[in-house]
Amino acid sequence: MIRFDNVVKKLGGRAVLDGVTFSAPRGGVTAIVGPSGTGKSVTLKHIVGLLTPTSGTVEVDGVDVGAASGAELAAVRARTGYLFQGGALLGWLTVAENVELPLRECTRLGDGEISGRVEAALAAVELSDAADKFPAEISGGMVKRAGLARAIVRKSDIILYDEPTSGLDPVTALTINALVKRLNSRFGITSVVVTHDLQQALLFADRIVMLKGGKVAAQGTPLEFISSESRDVKDFLEAQLVAPGPEGLAAIKNSAAAARFEAERNRNT
Amino acid sequence: MTLTREPMFDDEPRGRLDSIGRRAAAFAAGVGRCASVTARSLASMPACALSGRRRRAFAQQLYATGVKSLPVITVVGFFTGMILGLQVGLALARFNQENLLGAAVMITLMREMAPFVTGLCLSACVGSAMAAELGTMTVNDEIAALEIMSVPPVKYLAAPRICSLAVMAPLLSFYACVLGVVGGGFVGAMQLNVDFRQYISSAIAMAEVKDLAVGLLKAALFGVIIGGVSCHQGFSAELGALGVGRAVQKSVIVSFLLILVAGYMVTRLAY
Repeated sequence: MIRFDNVVKKLGGRAVLDGVTFSAPRGGVTAIVGPSGTGKSVTLKHIVGLLTPTSGTVEVDGVDVGAASGAELAAVRARTGYLFQGGALLGWLTVAENVELPLRECTRLGDGEISGRVEAALAAVELSDAADKFPAEISGGMVKRAGLARAIVRKSDIILYDEPTSGLDPVTALTINALVKRLNSRFGITSVVVTHDLQQALLFADRIVMLKGGKVAAQGTPLEFISSESRDVKDFLEAQLVAPGPEGLAAIKNSAAAARFEAERNRNT
Repeated sequence: MTLTREPMFDDEPRGRLDSIGRRAAAFAAGVGRCASVTARSLASMPACALSGRRRRAFAQQLYATGVKSLPVITVVGFFTGMILGLQVGLALARFNQENLLGAAVMITLMREMAPFVTGLCLSACVGSAMAAELGTMTVNDEIAALEIMSVPPVKYLAAPRICSLAVMAPLLSFYACVLGVVGGGFVGAMQLNVDFRQYISSAIAMAEVKDLAVGLLKAALFGVIIGGVSCHQGFSAELGALGVGRAVQKSVIVSFLLILVAGYMVTRLAY
């Protein structure tokens, strides 16, 4: 379980996170939503110790990441995959070499095992055809999917996603979110997804945490969230053209099912 | 060693004294990080040369540092020798001592000028490119991604770069020295009527092993300085493209200054 307990993070004298408290249950998908500049990515970086809280604690399965020793932090990172907003691929390596990098550098796996895992990861994100291309030769969305393949190739039990679907077309976004959910349900991976796309979060997350002004404005299951009486939540729903209440959730699910059906039909014709 | 970092202080400074203290602390931390990156990279030199995976990266950096710098070093080395030959030759001609031109050019180049111009060229051509490349990787979260994947950026990125500079700088310095001596001889023959054979004989007669050793040592030290400073500045880049530009600028300025200071210190200790 990932637990934030009254976390305050000040940067340049400004509290980017201001008393954030929430939990991401083991084996669940937790979505962190909210407007831009509310500290969503900053929250994610605390989980792997890229940032440390000014006060409060961030725990990953009982390990206080902010106060962890080098070895403890390395252990947390070893079981964590991280998809950065821009993909963060190394430009001089091909897509396949980027995906196999953590296996080559940090494990003693043989070439056959590495190749198998890389092929499986690339197939999962539908990038098998681009394995030999360099990041500069593929689109932004493909770079992001390659970053996702690299995040899952180590078979981590925690995966953090920073805007996994931004810049992707709706059908690919749906595929990626379905992959997140599938990884979660098949392998029990704990996922924390930072996204501005509320509709996708409502579809695939088990819990939703909304940040606003560095504070937790609302949190709960998708149904609890969409039914919230909080003014902030209502404004956010309205801004994302989502109707509040159970009807809104049902409408999103129907629309996603329709999009999936349409995509499947296009693929078959 | 964690390279991804956050500001040392979360809040605004309380007064001017606090601000000065914070700058001093940040400077000291930067010096420490730079020294640490350099020392860890040099400690990884055997791995660079022996480990299969690292050897490939090391070879690529040797090529980028050495072979790609050859055209610049060729021109700079040759013209440095020509300028030196002309100036020294004109001074010696006033005392009818042109026969000492070869010795003067050789000693000056071997002891000081060849390592110095090589250091400046490498700093401007190679060090700035390293700072820009690593800086871009830093602001694009690629360094953070490596750290999260437990791939140590110092071993993976800095070590091949710093070690390649430590190896190639003396070789390039020697090359610049040879070209400089030839350039000086060319000017001597063309403008000062100094016989080229006599010039070379005079140069070889005055060349001492100690001078060569000190010159090569200086060049190696300059290579390490350029690599360490450039990698550190790259890893410290922040605030997007603007930060990368600043990192490049700082890497060149700091390398230049340290080359001058280190050059004097080595000369002071050796002679």
